[in-house]
Amino acid sequence: MVKLSEHLRRTGVFSMEEVNRVMPPPEVLKKGPVAVVECIQEIPCDPCHASCPFGAIKEFKDINDLPEIDWEKCTGCTLCVAKCPGLAIFVVDASCDGDDALLKLPYEFYPVPEKGEEVELLNRAGEVVGKGEVRSVIEPHKDGTKVVTVHVPKDMIADVRHVRVVR
Amino acid sequence: MRKTEVLVVGGGPAGLSAAIAAASMGAKVLLVDDGLKLGGQLVKQTHKFFGSHRQSAGVRGIKIAGMLLSDIEKLKDKIEVVSNTTATGYYQDDGVVTAMTGEDVYMKIKSERVIIATGASERMLTFPNNDLPGVYGAGAVQTLMNVYGIVPGDRVLMVGAGNIGLIVSYQLMQANVEVATVVEAMPYIGGYLVHASKIRRLGVPIYTSHTILEVYGKDAVEAAAIVKLDSKWQPIPSTKRILNVDTVCLSVGLSPLIELLWQAGCKMKYVPQLGGNVVLRDKYMRTSRRDIFVAGDVAGIEEATSAMLEGKLAGLIAASDLGYAYDGWEADREDTLSSLEELRRGPLSEKIRSGLKEVVVEW
Amino acid sequence: MSSRLEHHPILTFQRGRKVKFYFDGKELEGYEGETIAAALHAAGVKKYRTSAELGRPRGFFCAIGKCSSCFMVVDGKPNVRVCVTPLREGMRVQTQIGKGDLIEKN
Ligand SMILES: Cc1cc2nc3c(=O)[nH]c(=O)nc-3n(C[C@H](O)[C@H](O)[C@H](O)COP(=O)(O)OP(=O)(O)OC[C@H]3O[C@@H](n4cnc5c(N)ncnc54)[C@H](O)[C@@H]3O)c2cc1C
Ligand code: SF4
Ligand code: SF4
Repeated sequence: MVKLSEHLRRTGVFSMEEVNRVMPPPEVLKKGPVAVVECIQEIPCDPCHASCPFGAIKEFKDINDLPEIDWEKCTGCTLCVAKCPGLAIFVVDASCDGDDALLKLPYEFYPVPEKGEEVELLNRAGEVVGKGEVRSVIEPHKDGTKVVTVHVPKDMIADVRHVRVVR
Repeated sequence: MRKTEVLVVGGGPAGLSAAIAAASMGAKVLLVDDGLKLGGQLVKQTHKFFGSHRQSAGVRGIKIAGMLLSDIEKLKDKIEVVSNTTATGYYQDDGVVTAMTGEDVYMKIKSERVIIATGASERMLTFPNNDLPGVYGAGAVQTLMNVYGIVPGDRVLMVGAGNIGLIVSYQLMQANVEVATVVEAMPYIGGYLVHASKIRRLGVPIYTSHTILEVYGKDAVEAAAIVKLDSKWQPIPSTKRILNVDTVCLSVGLSPLIELLWQAGCKMKYVPQLGGNVVLRDKYMRTSRRDIFVAGDVAGIEEATSAMLEGKLAGLIAASDLGYAYDGWEADREDTLSSLEELRRGPLSEKIRSGLKEVVVEW
Repeated sequence: MSSRLEHHPILTFQRGRKVKFYFDGKELEGYEGETIAAALHAAGVKKYRTSAELGRPRGFFCAIGKCSSCFMVVDGKPNVRVCVTPLREGMRVQTQIGKGDLIEKN
């Protein structure tokens, strides 16, 4: 069985080690947008594999296997982000030079942020860690799960996982 | 007296799948369900389901209900559906099932085979004032909110961090209801951690090794007290905290609804891993009474995916008893059985596997 | 407190015809097809009866007709499970005190 930190099992929030385990290395991040799969507990679930048109999430031998991503094949298209029932997949794009990065996050709330709107950025523990501008909102499968693209400083890509509309 | 070949009691994923399977074989089916809408738990599940993409994982529960109902519709010359009708009794001497529509219309049903798919009921927890209005089962909150579009209150304390507690917390936040906190008596979160992470990033705290102490209020909940538990499950008084909440939502487990199976005299066993008293059955879901089958949560608290697979097995076998068949149905049966096994193979299904060892027998 | 959801990220609610009904003599509004309990809750009413021995307030608990917590007197009939009984125009719904009395017909 895969080892999970006490912190995660007690609070539902990743430990630093677990964040590092799922984040892509710098050379992958440089290449373009890629998916970060934050699903590290063996649960009976596999739709991420079937939802990826590029075969980037490997086929499951057993439905309880952990998803395994091949960043070489991933285009950052976000189809898996909007399909995963755990809402555990996020796309990071840190390929630009400089301090700017984009995060593509699953979103199932009302109200829906608008393009250009400034929203609060929340970390894995729900703390507001900054503000960012929404660049786009799409609904890949037309099933209620939206994907919000938000601008964040590059040093926050491993930290921010939710946005909140403040009006 | 109504006569039918296969009577299915309960219209959740298990019962619907059983009815579809039996009718596809060619049997005449009567399905009774006590809800105003068919679908059981599925009609209030707005989240996307786990499981295999081959059995609708990644699809919302409400959508899965819709898919099953359209299959029922396609078989409507074989399946008769009676909603708002509670099966109230099983009479062993003549095998008659009694049922009540609404509050006062009664009927008797005689069927060659009976499939019991009544699901489960929510457990209560004892604490002072737990009978005050505003203390609701998590399923009740979901019904009010997701079926009728009415929120239960402004601020909620969720008791229990199993999958249901975590998912209903998320659904409350989707309805813009504040979840003050989730408390869980166990030292670890019991539900899937992806569900826990989902509500944590919204700002909902989860306190493990914590429980509800009591509720305050005159005619309804006005506040609740929570407390930390030590390693011997004893409250630590100095950690008591009062939360301003108007709703307390309990998700502390489910118990199989086995009354009809008791009345029918089916052999039972107390198996805590499966949620309490459950019936002995063979791998095709036949109970100690040849003419009675079970499927879904009533056979052991599990998941919608397993409920659908069990329902399908029960439906196929019940119909084949009566001489019905379709081409390749036996391969279908074995395929269903192996999907069930695959589903239960993971580390988190250890409890289910050990429970099943005690109740799956050969007749 | 407005407890009816007008917007939801996933669901759209199809409500029936708006109807009037009476709660302890007071006129309230609800939608046909929803349960009496749902309509009362939306109108801010959470207490549906008092318990038989200690007279404690009770509301609903399970909302699917299994726990008997929500018995009320409806159109003169006691012990009606309001969480599974659909609302109809003009219904007279009363807080049930204690066990409720059976009205004998002959
Ligand atoms: C919040 C929540 C989240 C869940 N999430 C998931 C998930 O992500 N994936 C997953 O696979 N599963 C999930 N489940 C579990 C799943 O919903 C249940 O395991 C499944 O619905 C069980 O199906 P069933 O048909 O056995 O019972 P039910 O769905 O409970 O259906 C039983 C039906 O029988 C009716 N009935 C009962 N008694 C009688 C009677 N005497 N006469 C007539 N009718 C009767 C009931 O009213 C009901 O309609 C979740 C459950 C909850 C509560
Ligand atoms: S982002 Fe697109 S390409 Fe990458 S894993 Fe997900 S579905 Fe596949
Ligand atoms: S779909 Fe999501 S929750 Fe399911 S296995 Fe894939 S990443 Fe994990």
